[in-house]
Amino acid sequence: MADAVMGTVVEDREAAVASRRRLISRIVVYGLLGLISIVYIVPLLVVILNSFRTNAEIGANGLISLPNSFRLDAWPQAWSDFCIGGQCDGVARYFWNSVMMVVPATIISTTLGAINGYILSKWKFPGSEIVFGCMLLGVFMPGQIALLPWAFLLGQIGLSNSVYGLILVHCIQGLSFTTLFFRNYYVSIPDDLLKAARIDGAGFWRIFWKIIIPLSPPIIIVTVIWQFTGIWNEYLFGVVLNSGANQPITAALVALSMSGTTVRTYDVMSAAVLIGALPPLLVYFFGGKYFVRGLTQGAIK
Amino acid sequence: MAGQAVSAGTSTWDRIKKWTPIFIIAPSILASFIYVFVFAGWTFYISLSDSTLLPSYGFKGFENYVSLWTNRRWSVAYNNLLFFSLFYVTISMAFGLLLAILIDQKIRAESFWRTIFLYPLAVSFIATGTVWQWLYNPSSGIQFLVNSLGWTDFQFALTTDRKNAIWAIIITGIWGSAGFSMALFLAGLRSVDPDIIKAAQIDGASWFRTYRKVILPTIGPIFLAVAVVLLQFAIKTFDLAVALTNSGPGISTTFPATYVYDFMFQRGEIGQGAAAAMMVLAALAIVLVPYSLYLVWRRRREASNG
Repeated sequence: MADAVMGTVVEDREAAVASRRRLISRIVVYGLLGLISIVYIVPLLVVILNSFRTNAEIGANGLISLPNSFRLDAWPQAWSDFCIGGQCDGVARYFWNSVMMVVPATIISTTLGAINGYILSKWKFPGSEIVFGCMLLGVFMPGQIALLPWAFLLGQIGLSNSVYGLILVHCIQGLSFTTLFFRNYYVSIPDDLLKAARIDGAGFWRIFWKIIIPLSPPIIIVTVIWQFTGIWNEYLFGVVLNSGANQPITAALVALSMSGTTVRTYDVMSAAVLIGALPPLLVYFFGGKYFVRGLTQGAIK
Repeated sequence: MAGQAVSAGTSTWDRIKKWTPIFIIAPSILASFIYVFVFAGWTFYISLSDSTLLPSYGFKGFENYVSLWTNRRWSVAYNNLLFFSLFYVTISMAFGLLLAILIDQKIRAESFWRTIFLYPLAVSFIATGTVWQWLYNPSSGIQFLVNSLGWTDFQFALTTDRKNAIWAIIITGIWGSAGFSMALFLAGLRSVDPDIIKAAQIDGASWFRTYRKVILPTIGPIFLAVAVVLLQFAIKTFDLAVALTNSGPGISTTFPATYVYDFMFQRGEIGQGAAAAMMVLAALAIVLVPYSLYLVWRRRREASNG
């Protein structure tokens, strides 16, 4: 009986030690996550709060401090009054340039990617593997290699310094990515499904519309998110191939933060940065799951 | 499969149908071919030419490469790339792995935490770089904050200090992409067979030992994949350097990618800019060619074993 009592005491003590150890490990895990997430949230919070503070107050208390003032003026100023490169009509124009560029470029490159992926996985022809391999190389090409050829080519076809030129650039740049995404997705659709349709007399397009597209929504969402965020955030081509009022929002953001020779208007600049970052942020918050999937797929390449 | 469609009949209509896919994909193939081979070939030719302000086609051999490699600015650029790659890649990976292991501890609201660590990836380096540039500004950012809290000697003026400006780019780069390595590592940790982990725990292995001896070795290939992708980011680093320091102070944060831009479009030295662009491509090839060969080799081995 003494043994039994001793036994339960030892068990109780062990259980207590185990639960304390568990508690400590929980505190460590959540503590670390909390600390690191502060580093992640603070920059976003700073820029959001500063867009609602007065510039005088930012100057007095620094960028990182709790707000003492509140006003909404910075947003309309950033949108339509702010001076960038001698033009004083805000980021609106550049924002719309980006919209005009990203929407068609995303739609076209995704559509082409779907059709190419369908052909390269389900309508293989002699040499199609080599073709796929060559298209894959486009994924790795650094933008710097293509700068001069693009500038020359767009000049030849009369699209220099235009949003249409950037649309073309992004469609062709994106082709290798979108084709890769769709091809890898379609490879896992069983061929038997198509064989049955073909026996019933379905042709190339009929199979595409009736079988392939209904199975595609997940990969379409991933590709659209990937292309949208990538094209929206692109800077190199936007600044090299276009100038002044035809540049996308990323180029405008750099221009306005570099023009800070006089007093920096952090309030208006914060609002401008947020306007420029908002579309991809919204895409991320609403399509996070698909964004991560695109990221990991893009990485495996 | 296209062959079966042909054998169904040989009328003109059938023949057209057989060629449909090839007709449809032909423009894409042509565009990709031009983009990859003609563009790269053209830039390579320009790098061998006497182009200055405008492209010209007088051949002058490898002179542009010689003057590139004797240019002090270029040596700053590739030294920066090596230094940046070393710290950016290793710290991003270590930090990403730490985050992945923390999130792997059956925590509450997992997707909430992941959302926080991944959002910088959705935003451009131009936007995040701009904001971080403000935070590095000694008269209003982090230094200002710490000084006003009472530690008046505190100095954190990275972007205005020649020697340390590259650390501003390294820190912001890590902040921007540690979440990416977290995502890949987490996917790897989740793919480890739970039976192996259970077996290790039954054998009495501690938490730390289970990770070190059982879990991490099985996700070895993921370490390599993350390293390769991060190295690729490092070689292409452009936006971040422009938004944070604009290659300065002086030329202290010049990178190969910013060098290309600078020589092609600011200094009117297209030939040398093209040579630098070819070196960026070469750096990528040095990383990616062995890696792709390794992947092919591994796939073959798996195929012959399975």
